[in-house]
Amino acid sequence: MQKHEKHTRDPRFHIVKRAGMSRGKALLIRFLAILAALLLCSVLSTLLIGANPLKFISTLFSGSLGSSRRIWKFAKDSAVLLCISLAVTPAFRMRFWNLGGEGQVLVGALASIACAYYLRDSIPNPLLLLIMLVAAVLAGAFWGLFPAICKAKWGTNESLFTLMMNYVATYLVAFALMEWTKADGSSTLGEVAFGHLPRLYNEYLLLILVVLALTVLVYIYLNYTKQGYEISVVGESEKTARYIGINVGRVITRTVLVSGAICGLAGFLIVAALDHSITTATVGGLGFTAIMVSWLAKFNPLIMVGTSALIIFLQQGGAEMSTIFNVSSAFPNIVVGIILFFIIGCEFFIHYQIKSRVSHKKGGVGK
Amino acid sequence: MNGWINYLFNAIALGMTFLYGSVGEILTEKAGHLNLGIPGIMCMGGAGGCIALQLMYRSGIPPMLIVIISILAAFLSGVLMGAIYSFLTVTLHANQNVTGLAMTTFGVGMMKFIISKIRPLQYMYALDYFRFPFSDRTDSLKYWGVMVYLAVVVAIVASLVLSRTRVGLHLRAVGENPATADAVGINVTAYKYGATCIGSGIAALGGLFYIMDYSGSPEAYLNIEPFGWLAIALVIFALWRPYLSFFGSMIFGALFVAGSFIPGLLGLTLPMSATPLLEMLPYVVTILVLIITSIRKKRENQPPASLGQSYFREER
Repeated sequence: MQKHEKHTRDPRFHIVKRAGMSRGKALLIRFLAILAALLLCSVLSTLLIGANPLKFISTLFSGSLGSSRRIWKFAKDSAVLLCISLAVTPAFRMRFWNLGGEGQVLVGALASIACAYYLRDSIPNPLLLLIMLVAAVLAGAFWGLFPAICKAKWGTNESLFTLMMNYVATYLVAFALMEWTKADGSSTLGEVAFGHLPRLYNEYLLLILVVLALTVLVYIYLNYTKQGYEISVVGESEKTARYIGINVGRVITRTVLVSGAICGLAGFLIVAALDHSITTATVGGLGFTAIMVSWLAKFNPLIMVGTSALIIFLQQGGAEMSTIFNVSSAFPNIVVGIILFFIIGCEFFIHYQIKSRVSHKKGGVGK
Repeated sequence: MNGWINYLFNAIALGMTFLYGSVGEILTEKAGHLNLGIPGIMCMGGAGGCIALQLMYRSGIPPMLIVIISILAAFLSGVLMGAIYSFLTVTLHANQNVTGLAMTTFGVGMMKFIISKIRPLQYMYALDYFRFPFSDRTDSLKYWGVMVYLAVVVAIVASLVLSRTRVGLHLRAVGENPATADAVGINVTAYKYGATCIGSGIAALGGLFYIMDYSGSPEAYLNIEPFGWLAIALVIFALWRPYLSFFGSMIFGALFVAGSFIPGLLGLTLPMSATPLLEMLPYVVTILVLIITSIRKKRENQPPASLGQSYFREER
């Protein structure tokens, strides 16, 4: 770019779009970016908390993979993040910036726990679970419905709309908690003893298997069905979609409903398999992290397995660091933020190349 | 002081947090960049200011200088964050939404990390300096410190620059159509960098204002993030005009503190569980405003035409 150059002079470098890069090379660039980011993080952790760089790297690994309990937690957390990432993906493929995953999961969780809280053991557990599931899916879908309809009808800015819906959901949960704990005024809900998913080996395995199955389903839905195709066309160009007779408004609404429904499912899983309770921080920012997981994977559900694992790996390693060195639990977010900057930045080198004017005729690549 | 006036003064003071954030975001958006990193940037502003305050703790520097230096530190932290954002989105053509969200993740994390390391006493000592000249008041007037007036000045200056100067005209041209602006010889990259960095610096002041003036509590830093999101929404509310943002900010401030004032003023006794519903108010109103502005869709009330798209010269 010619940012420091005078207009009278020809810039020494200019940027051109690459025709396409082999998968291996693209992967290598991303890998190098992550490596560089880790290097920076380890230097930073030396400066900030006085840990030596090697300690940083080794803690990253021991934090996620240090014991079988940690491995299970790593797998469980990755699965939850993967589930929410899968949920936001259909909407993103359509370039509908749904930043409301957080809220949609939360209302799903709220609907589930409300069913368990009110119905208790008045009905058999399998039936209760079914009702909880349906309620969660409907609640999640409903939470996405408003922004979707407004976007389809009037082109309302969906990212801000869904963002605000997150806070509405948060305060709704705060309200429900206060109502439910009126007696003691603690506004924290203890474990609800009903509507637990059955344990399969341990409480995590069932959840992990469900999410893996969902990954395949979403992959098939997006790549091999007519609806998935419509989503891609609308994402590429709304004008093209209209021209070939796709009802854009309907596709937007339907897709966001699907997104919201899967978010609701994630909320159900969190409540029925893991927490059996709810707080305003039940989702804890995963709705936002999921957006980046989905984007990092280029909206491909299969690659998301890897990207969600990467983010959780960093977060758990970072959390381990903050425990060992007794620093703020926000430390992992710094690590994740830096890694994201590097991965976001490295995309440039995959899609563009810098050519120098001198070697232009020879087709040389100056990098 | 009369209860309603007290409420009004409180609302206006809190509104300044939004005003800093939204004026900063307006400048950025005028250059065609939607910066979702504002919450993180506001947080970093708070952190930068507090670091400066800690360094000047018991240093014998006169209070006025302490305030000025920490405001500058907050501004610079914002500029630094803005520079990262611009490098990624302008130079490296990265996706603006994702970059912004990553900025927020990073900024919020970094700020919490930094402030948790500073003992509250080492920055809260400056509270009275920031609340000058009303630091000894007990009513809402105590929030009307120096940064309130600074916010108004910044909003007016930004408004004038955007609408009355050549620089503002060029900036708007860049946001509307960077290719055309480039063709008439405007340095698009410089304008995008400049607007984003200065905008981020201004937004960062909002974080410092909230911690060191409005809230005045050591836990304040945990609550900054939502203000950032609302500030971004406020830009649509204000139709990309800083002077309208001033009124929008006051309305947001009024809604935000409604829960703690209105029931008392009207003599109502609400159940405890009504509090969250009242706190929901600013977000619900924002949603309504978003919908209404999108339905009305006047031509002059639209966002800059190239908002959200990166400009690649060779693609013309």
